[in-house]
Amino acid sequence: MANSVPELRDDMLAQAGYAQLADLFAQLPAAHRMKRPLELPEQLGSEAALRRHLTELLGRNTSCEDALSFLGAGLYRHHVPAICDEIASRHEWLMSVWGTPSSDQGRFQAWFEYSSQLGELLDLDFVGLPVYSWGCAAGHALRMAARMTGRAKVLIPRNLDPERRAVIGNYCGAAQPGRQLHIEEVGYRRDGRLDTGELRAKLSAEVAAVYVENPNFLGVIEDEIEDVVAAARAAGAEVIAGVDPLTLGVLAPPGELGVGIAVGTVQTLGVHLNAGGGVGGFIASRDEERYAREYPTLQVSICDTTEPGERGYAIPLFAQTSYGAREEGNDWTGNSVYLWAIASAAYMAAMGPAGFAETGAAILQRSHYAAARVGAVPGLSVRFPDGFFSEFVVDFTGTGRTVAGIDAALRERGIFGGADLSAAFPELGQSALYCVTELHTQHDIDRLADTLAEVTR
Amino acid sequence: MTDAMRRYHAARWDEPTVMELGHPGRRGVLVAPAEPAVAALAGDPAALIPARARRSRPPALPELSEWEVLRHYLRLSQQTLGMMGVSLFGTCTMKYNPAVSEAVSRLPQLREVHPLQHPATMQGALEIVYRLDLALRELSGMAQFTFQAGGGADAAYLQACITRAYHDARGELATRDEIITTIQAHPCNAATSAAAGFKVITLPLEEDGYASLAALRAALSGRTAALMVNNPDDMGIYNPHITEWVDAVHAAGGLCFYDHANFNGVMGKIRAAELGFDACMFMLHKTFGAPKAGGGPAVGAYGCTEKLVPYLPGPLVTAADGRFGLTEPAGGIGRVREFLGNLPQVLKAYAWIRAMGAEGIDEASDLSVLASNYIDAQLMRIRGVTRSHPQLTGPRMEMVRYSLETLTRETGVTVVDVQNRMTDFGIDAMWLSHEPWIVPEPFTPEAGELWSKEDIDEWIGVLRHVCAEAYEQPELVRSAPHRQVTHRVGSASLDEPGYWATTWRAYQRKHGSQHERHGT
Repeated sequence: MANSVPELRDDMLAQAGYAQLADLFAQLPAAHRMKRPLELPEQLGSEAALRRHLTELLGRNTSCEDALSFLGAGLYRHHVPAICDEIASRHEWLMSVWGTPSSDQGRFQAWFEYSSQLGELLDLDFVGLPVYSWGCAAGHALRMAARMTGRAKVLIPRNLDPERRAVIGNYCGAAQPGRQLHIEEVGYRRDGRLDTGELRAKLSAEVAAVYVENPNFLGVIEDEIEDVVAAARAAGAEVIAGVDPLTLGVLAPPGELGVGIAVGTVQTLGVHLNAGGGVGGFIASRDEERYAREYPTLQVSICDTTEPGERGYAIPLFAQTSYGAREEGNDWTGNSVYLWAIASAAYMAAMGPAGFAETGAAILQRSHYAAARVGAVPGLSVRFPDGFFSEFVVDFTGTGRTVAGIDAALRERGIFGGADLSAAFPELGQSALYCVTELHTQHDIDRLADTLAEVTR
Repeated sequence: MTDAMRRYHAARWDEPTVMELGHPGRRGVLVAPAEPAVAALAGDPAALIPARARRSRPPALPELSEWEVLRHYLRLSQQTLGMMGVSLFGTCTMKYNPAVSEAVSRLPQLREVHPLQHPATMQGALEIVYRLDLALRELSGMAQFTFQAGGGADAAYLQACITRAYHDARGELATRDEIITTIQAHPCNAATSAAAGFKVITLPLEEDGYASLAALRAALSGRTAALMVNNPDDMGIYNPHITEWVDAVHAAGGLCFYDHANFNGVMGKIRAAELGFDACMFMLHKTFGAPKAGGGPAVGAYGCTEKLVPYLPGPLVTAADGRFGLTEPAGGIGRVREFLGNLPQVLKAYAWIRAMGAEGIDEASDLSVLASNYIDAQLMRIRGVTRSHPQLTGPRMEMVRYSLETLTRETGVTVVDVQNRMTDFGIDAMWLSHEPWIVPEPFTPEAGELWSKEDIDEWIGVLRHVCAEAYEQPELVRSAPHRQVTHRVGSASLDEPGYWATTWRAYQRKHGSQHERHGT
């Protein structure tokens, strides 16, 4: 610490007009003070000792680089171009917090470019700065729709990520009963898609919003989003689409399908898994005032400066946030995952339209190859084999084994099997959600299929 | 007035948006095509998508080479002043983020770990969570921490959710629907309480800088669900009656939450649980040396006493016989965010605690409060600067709220003008105040243990110089900045739907005629 040097410390103390450090804490009543010194593990003052300790701890992890992983379920391992890491680690924006739009202009511009590129992928014109996660984005969007419509019921799919579902559950809760959002689930059909008949039956003048995902949590691509939009609109309800933007090189974007609000993850756009710390979410919508006025986020707009013709960046609609209006603001805002916005901006710029299209195509082919190979293993079946993107449900019920048991056997052979669905989706029996991306080679997939055949024999 | 001013000028690349760069057909990243056998078995990728779900036209993204992307964002990073100068950004506790922590957090053994892996394959990550939990328990006296909340405000929301669950379990939620806070508490406490469906009662400050115990008692009732406060507040004033506050709230049946945003001045001095609080929150990206990164990824570390442990969100890390596992509290609130939290930030906070040690942490709070009072002595000699609650003498805590009300009255120059002008000398914007501005024309410097006396003196010198300019050449300050990336930003139309443009496509639609590159 720079001012630990005794003569500096004493000089500052003297100039402040105090005799000793203890005098500076005169405000703290004696009865409030700790009765004993802090007891913490011994100091590791040298960088060498600290690094050794930390790397020894991390050495007890087996990463998805060490093993062959098929885990997804809300957090996905894709290639992160090295420049994304290089850019996101710059100390100019790593250490600092805010600044003014003119002194920290570069960060504001990078944020604007994040929103601009995401808007192109989504085919939507209004994009906020990121929120904590996909689930948090969905929760905020449902609350936006409730405020817009003055209604208190929301329809969400039954085949929803249990992590995301739990977050949404909290966002819809309220201490005062009159302020709760009532969640009603809509089931899925035998092909894994949303039961749009059930959805239509549940639409009413009480419904604020319909939340749909594409692809849905079970990996299946929905093909009736436009019909859902039409039905919801007829009932005066908003449609919120949850999407993974990485799919949008090949899948129809929410804007094109007529959706009013889109939410989803930003993690797939240049952010690592980080043991769960990679999650981040976005909220975007049509650029209409009735949506824009309900955003809880900060956002960045191009703005004039005092110099005619000069372009600057500023934060519109600040007054409606909790920073501007405390409890009268829209939900709340705070620190989020703004560094990921910069990594994502670099990712989208590096990928370009061709990169997204080719990645989408590569994922589709590899995942379908994988489903065909795995589905051919005796006793295994792929539950929803038609029209999925990168994830698919493998049903192990026919083997008489549990997913947990199979995962243990796979782990011994250096493979992380897909996320176990058996607790959250008992109707699917002993099933797991396997995720295949552009990173899985034919060799990887063949190894999975061969190993599954071996361990289920 | 002999300060030697740094002859600074910001980098100004006049850089277009990325949307205007590149050339059709240029590539930044290449993607490995599927192997022939994979492609043969899978077939045409477009045919794998239901017809109605296919994208009809490609996204209008820019097309750049890898180097163009890197160079563009390096230029933007250079156009971000950040902490390259001296940033005494109060309430955020600016810290150095050690390079070793950054380097270790980027190892694949953390970065490429999936949170749904079997616990046996992530013992190191879980042990780091557990070890930080133990350290924060020691610093707070709490029984258990969770790192799921993605920031301080998210931890406040977690508190509001736990407040709901706690009273619900006791069958009292229907009647306990009020949360009490103060006007000096961070806006997130009021906002998250309201978002969780509580009525918010905000206590005003009294003469001595904090709300009165009498006002609190008047607000308490059978409807009280919880109290959410910070202490000391952003004015550097510590409420000495806080234990009586806690007792009064408990007597009324409410919970007490300690927003420890301002922990830097009291680390190793006081412990939230010993003051009677049921829960507290530490910001790992502020106090504990993890980066702020312009607004996250962050962590609001939420800790509580045994009373509230059953309501914590899962998954929680367990330890037994040197092995670490995950558990889901049966009566817990579920999730406020997916998965375990921002693990790289958890690692960095743990690393910071180990690098500092107990004595180092205690010394850091000493030096933070010392720096604050050193700054105070210097600022009180600058014409136009006053301190909040000037009648209160004696030391303040790690930051103090000041006012340029006098300067504004005498010169017409506002605190925003001064803030802008200081950036002309490489001093990033200082923190003013959360809304509402109780102190007129406020600013709130905080040096923490990071900034050296030389840095602090430079910062004070710039403020002194700019305040003098305000008296001598007010227009120079009012029209600042002059040496920044752009001139002062602002438009009265920013909140008008026809003006705002949060994406390039909206900008093109609304302001298409202004497309040509600007010159400065």
